Amino acid sequence: MSRLYMARNPKVAARGLDGEMMIMSGRDSTLFTLNKTATILWQSADGTTPLDEIVERRICADFEVEPAEALHDAESLARELASHEILQISEEPIPPRNAAAGESRTGESQ
Amino acid sequence: MPELTTEVERLSLVIEIGGIPVRVHTTDPAFLSMLQDRYDGFVTSVESGEDCEAAAERLAEIDFEIELTPTRFADPEAVVRVTQHRGRWTLERGDFRAEWEPASRRGTIRQTANPYSIDAVLRIAHTLVLARQGGFLLHSASAIRNGKAFLFAGVSEAGKTTISRLAPPDATLLTDEISYVRKRDAGYVAYGTPFTGELAKLGENVSAPIAGLYLLAKGAENRIDPIPPAEAARSLLANLLFFAEDEELVQATFHSAFEFVSRVPVSRLTFVPDARVWELIG
Repeated sequence: MSRLYMARNPKVAARGLDGEMMIMSGRDSTLFTLNKTATILWQSADGTTPLDEIVERRICADFEVEPAEALHDAESLARELASHEILQISEEPIPPRNAAAGESRTGESQ
Repeated sequence: MPELTTEVERLSLVIEIGGIPVRVHTTDPAFLSMLQDRYDGFVTSVESGEDCEAAAERLAEIDFEIELTPTRFADPEAVVRVTQHRGRWTLERGDFRAEWEPASRRGTIRQTANPYSIDAVLRIAHTLVLARQGGFLLHSASAIRNGKAFLFAGVSEAGKTTISRLAPPDATLLTDEISYVRKRDAGYVAYGTPFTGELAKLGENVSAPIAGLYLLAKGAENRIDPIPPAEAARSLLANLLFFAEDEELVQATFHSAFEFVSRVPVSRLTFVPDARVWELIG
């Protein structure tokens, strides 16, 4: 089974405030508010940690959910975030030069 | 045979909004007159003569040459596109096309002789200038009372016009539709604008430090409730005027909104439509 890797799109603006993650598309200024699971994916999307590991460590550990079901849901969510160009996804690790380059301000208000 | 030449007089005026002067040139006296009326209180005429012209040019943040085109069908409700390529901005809608190069401060506007197109160009141009300075335009009414400015934000029908109409005599209306916000030192300042909504009344060309932003809601009683910072930021972002398809400016404006809510109190103002609501303001 292939693994999925995620990286934050450096072209979006992101801020966390009161535990709520808000993201604005740099392309068309659309504003997204991420739910808890999407926020975990966003924060964990370093381009090198595969999604199944993120699900196991960050989602199954915090939520009472079956690993297979959690992975299925997380993969759907990752693809949806990718469709909005919030995340980049790949079946290969995503090199750091392409990932998270614009993330220096993400955590300022968290 | 004598050479025939035609000299067309170039007419100019400066429209200064938010302390940012924009100089426009036209060869059409009727259009110039229309601009003078529409932006009354925000206009500085440029007299002919080298010194005045040079002074105005030196002061103007943007210098627009207006090219008036023959009347044709155009949809002012069409989607606005604001793009940048190699330092040159292009602003387009069904009824206008403008270009502006910040480095030279010069630009052109191609439109028919109507007031709405240039109004839209000015709004967009100001959002571009403000975005780099930590400021923004906001869908909100604003007014000054007791030396402090208050903003009243909301979508259409939220009550911006109503709250403006109910303002007491000691309140100075800055706008009933689009507030002009600039960052100054550790705080923010609101400026009057000529950008009107339903009230169709120009704001006063004055400014004051912003003491609060109220998110409007109509209800059965007048009350002010605090709102969590995340909701404040989300609401502010939802009411920002921003058009540019430009990653750098989107990021700048996005972070400016968070900066604003970290420095300015944001509350929900629920009100019944009568003048008593102003007892809570100021």
